[in-house]
This record gives sequence, C-alpha cells and structure tokens, in this order.
Amino acid sequence: MLAKRIIPCLDIKNNEVVKGINFEDLKSAGDPVELAKKYDDELADELMFLDITASSEKRKTILKLVEKISENIFIPFSVGGGVSEIEDIHNLLNSGADKVSINTSAVINPEIIDEAAKKFGSSTIVIAIDAKKVGDEYLVFTHGGKKNSGINAIRWAKEVYNRGAGEILLTSMDKDGTKSGYEINLTSMVVQCVKIPVIASGGARDARDIEEVFVKADAGAALAASIFHYENSGIIPIKKYLKSKGINVRL
Amino acid sequence: MEKKIAVIDYGMGNLKNVKNAFNFLGYSAKITGDFEDIKNATHLVLPGVGGFKDAMATLKRKGLVNPIKDAINEGRKFLGICLGMQLLFETSEEFGYSEGLGIFKGKVIKFDENAVNLIPHIGWNDIEILKPLEEFKGIENKSFFYFLHSYYCVPEEDIAAAVCDYYGKFTACVKKDNIFACQFHPEKSHKEGLALLKNFIES
Repeated sequence: MLAKRIIPCLDIKNNEVVKGINFEDLKSAGDPVELAKKYDDELADELMFLDITASSEKRKTILKLVEKISENIFIPFSVGGGVSEIEDIHNLLNSGADKVSINTSAVINPEIIDEAAKKFGSSTIVIAIDAKKVGDEYLVFTHGGKKNSGINAIRWAKEVYNRGAGEILLTSMDKDGTKSGYEINLTSMVVQCVKIPVIASGGARDARDIEEVFVKADAGAALAASIFHYENSGIIPIKKYLKSKGINVRL
Repeated sequence: MEKKIAVIDYGMGNLKNVKNAFNFLGYSAKITGDFEDIKNATHLVLPGVGGFKDAMATLKRKGLVNPIKDAINEGRKFLGICLGMQLLFETSEEFGYSEGLGIFKGKVIKFDENAVNLIPHIGWNDIEILKPLEEFKGIENKSFFYFLHSYYCVPEEDIAAAVCDYYGKFTACVKKDNIFACQFHPEKSHKEGLALLKNFIES
C-alpha cells in the first residue's frame, strides 16, 4: 500500500537555511547539506528546497548546492523558487533535483506546464499553489503571496492537472505560520478535483495536524518546516504516532 | 576482479543520481554511451525515466541495442531500473504499441484509469519478496521503495521476484540468470535501495 509522505521544507537564501533552525548537533546549523542528511537519516520521505534568494546572479549558486545535496541523500527531492523558464527546470534536473516546483510563472504563463511535462515527464513537475480565502472563495496568490491573481484556486488546480502537472503543492496562506493545523476544507476540495497527489502545506503544529490532513482531506503528503526543527517533534516520533493511528507510513 | 560499472547513457532521465548512489557506496561508475565502455563493463545498468517509445528509438539511433543484447547474452551482470526494466520486455502499449528489447517474454501495460485513483504511482510503497535472492540480502520483506511510473510489466514467464500492491498487485522486481530489474528507483530508496545496489554489485 502506498505510504503517506512526510516532507520537510527548507527555505534557502544565499546557500543557507533561513527558517528557525534549532539543531545543536550540526556542524553548521544553517548548512542545507547537513540538514538534508539529518532529515534523510530521520526517514523523511522526500525533501523540498525553496530558494528564496533574490538576485538572479546569486541564484546560480543554487545549482551547485543541488548537486552537492544529490550526492549525499538518497531520497527524492524537489527544488522550487523563482523557476520561470524551461531552461531553469532543465538546469535543476541536470544538477540532480528529482522534481522542480513552479509557482508564479505557471500562473503568468500556464503553457509552461504543458511544455515542461512533455519535455521532462509529468512526474518531475510540481505546481505550487498559494491560496487564500477571499470572501467565500479561495483565490491564487503569486509573487510569494504578495499579488492576488483573482483566479479561483480549485479551478486552477484542475487546470494544472489537465495541463500535465505531476503533483500539487498546496499552501494555505491563511494557515501558514499560524500553527493552527492544515486548511482541511481547501485541501479536501483540491484532492477531490484532481487525480494527482496533493501535498498539503501551511499550519502544521504537531502529529495530530498531520493525521487530520491525511484522514479528513486524504492529502498524499504533508509538508512542514519549523515543526521538524525540534527534537521532540522529529519525523520518526510523528511517523510512529501516525502508524499507531492506522495510517500507512514508511518506518 | 575489478568492477567496471557502466550506467548506460541514452539521453533519458536523470542518470547522475544512479552514479551518485554507486559512488556513495564506494564504487566508481561511469555514465556512458560508448560501445567500448559497454563492452568492457562487468556490470551494466539501464536506468531511465520517460517514454518507452522514445527510449527505444534513442537506443536504436545510438546503436545501443546490440551492445546491450551482447552484454546480456555474454552473462554479464545487468540491472534495469524503472523504464530500464520495462524496455527489457517484448512490447509496451504506450502510445498504442511499441516494441522493446524482447529479453523477457511479456508486455508493459498502463494502470487501469478506471480502477486506479492516482496515476502515476508516485511515492513509497512496500514490496512483497517472492524469491529469496542475493539481491534482497539484508532487506526485510515489506520494505518500502520509491516508485514513480504509470506503466508496469506483465511477465509471461516465471521471473517475478517481488510484487507491489497498488490497487492490485503488479510485478516490482524480476530476476532471470544474470539480469535483475526493478520498477522502483533504488537510487532514491534510502538504505534499502542502497543495499539492493550493493547486493547487485557484490552477488
């Protein structure tokens, strides 16, 4: 039976991990390769790297980092952030990334999804959707959540699926950073309208939240950042809890 | 004997991660499409992600079909991964009908869209080991491996070594003489995947 996946997310800026790192046993707490190895050891099912480096010149350094990570971890990993052209995808995959996640540029130019899926295979293309509730509908926001595209998130999810996306990374902006649990309603609606895995993101506080998004929304994977940074809520204890609740996880 | 591992390069998918895994295990491996390298290799690996038809066309165009068949016929150790497993069969129904290398009797078919909720099959799934092969040494039954595919192999001879359950059981590994092939990606399957690659080289 297919296991539900737990995916730690690392925000990378200028080759350093920038989100609340609290490990004491790492040589350099902000070293993405060390952190990746640690998560790999702790049975993370996959890793997500989000490059938030601003300038395009500095972004080239991400390729070297991807290469180094791919030499040290043997689980799938995705890289996203600022991917705007087919060439960006090509370069990331060639450097060792297994999947590439696209956000803003897919909204601006949806054809990039068809083209990328055709060229590299659907399974390498993850479409990231940042959604926020406005009135009584969920809308897609771009540019790191700064710009309202006015597009209905459910409609957009269906479209990216039809265009050949292999997975959807769905982040609830209302929940992100609140530690109040995943946005079950939104996740569930997206899961029901596509036939590709949905990775839920935004709001995770503990193992119960992950259980909830698996059981109630049937997400294929749960992504989180800060909760895995603390020893008492490491990936293995979370997986043990999920298993005790009858959820199929890789342990 | 010195081990010469050739990862066959025919322009399909990410070969570097296969090489990385062998390097991590302490072996040197070469990504190559060169006939001499393939001729001299003690161990050959045919990886691959992507379309069956394109892959066969590329193998033919690069003149790699005969060198691969020769290596197999000479009894050298051969590992097929994912698409590299599928290509060893006679035919695939991808885009209608495509001919494969025909090393194994059987065909490659797509998951039934009416029965299977999510296609491709992406993620970690456990396998049921059917035969206690050297390749599975140190790997527990029901271990998880990373899968990523929309098609699967249906052998028409008794070569299945492991099966996987995804809306019904399909063949996850096959073994015949010097050839071992798996539908999952050992290079992305953490400790169990690395163990399998090591066993392939050492067995």
